[in-house]
Amino acid sequence: MSFIYKSWWKYLGVVLVLYSIVGGFLVPVPELPILRETIRNLYFHVPLWMAMIVLFSISVFYSIRYLVQPDDDFDLVAVESVNVGIVFYILGLGTGMMWANYTWGTPWNNDIKQLCAAIAFLVYCAYLVLRNSVEEEQKRAKISAVYNIFAYPILVVMVFVLPRMGDSLHPGNGGNPAFGKYDLDSMMRLVLYPSFIGWALIGVWIATLRYRIRLIERKRLDENL
Amino acid sequence: MRILKLVLFLCLLSVTAFAAGDDSTMAFDMRQSGMIYVVVATIAIVFAGIAVYLFSIDKRLKKIERNN
Repeated sequence: MSFIYKSWWKYLGVVLVLYSIVGGFLVPVPELPILRETIRNLYFHVPLWMAMIVLFSISVFYSIRYLVQPDDDFDLVAVESVNVGIVFYILGLGTGMMWANYTWGTPWNNDIKQLCAAIAFLVYCAYLVLRNSVEEEQKRAKISAVYNIFAYPILVVMVFVLPRMGDSLHPGNGGNPAFGKYDLDSMMRLVLYPSFIGWALIGVWIATLRYRIRLIERKRLDENL
Repeated sequence: MRILKLVLFLCLLSVTAFAAGDDSTMAFDMRQSGMIYVVVATIAIVFAGIAVYLFSIDKRLKKIERNN
């Protein structure tokens, strides 16, 4: 895991996000009713969810690794990834509600994707609560790793599968045409995909910073014992 | 840090480059097309500032790690 001390991918993340900010405002977008210029929110709202799913994926990956080989470091990676992922979740939900207020009428429409996202949030809050409720460290790491392996598929189903089966206001779900099919032209892809990568890298970066702080804290704790 | 500053400068440069080539005398630089470039530059600066801050945290952490 020496890459977390390297700088190049952090610069790459910053450059990609800066590119998506400049491109996101200036690149021409399809003219659509209701959405109008708010279609540009796509470049800033969706990448937050991408960053979140990347962080939660890393978390579950390290939870599995912990169960295979009980190394305390893996547990720290798992918990810090979830911590940062939840921040991105809140930002994603907030920007979504802001966007919904002006295109769907109200911030909260009880849209199936919104409801599912809320449930997924509770699932991950429960992960953190569960962690804090177990005193003994190894037990905590093991129980929360097992819980995380159950939580992750629930999140994926809630955010990416269930909304597509019902009627959702989100594009690409239910009876709604996907952005990808009709509206997302190649110019938009040119900005959207780099912004996915950029925000994911920024999210991972913040998670590694928190992880490194935790490593120091643990070391200090061990020295004091 | 020097690379970051360069990148920042180039990004801001690219913003103004978009605005070049307008034949209207009143619409120059960042003032073109409803002055959206000013907003872009503002947000770019905000994000760049946060990025620099993250780098400074990273640097400080490296120092602490070395001392440990």
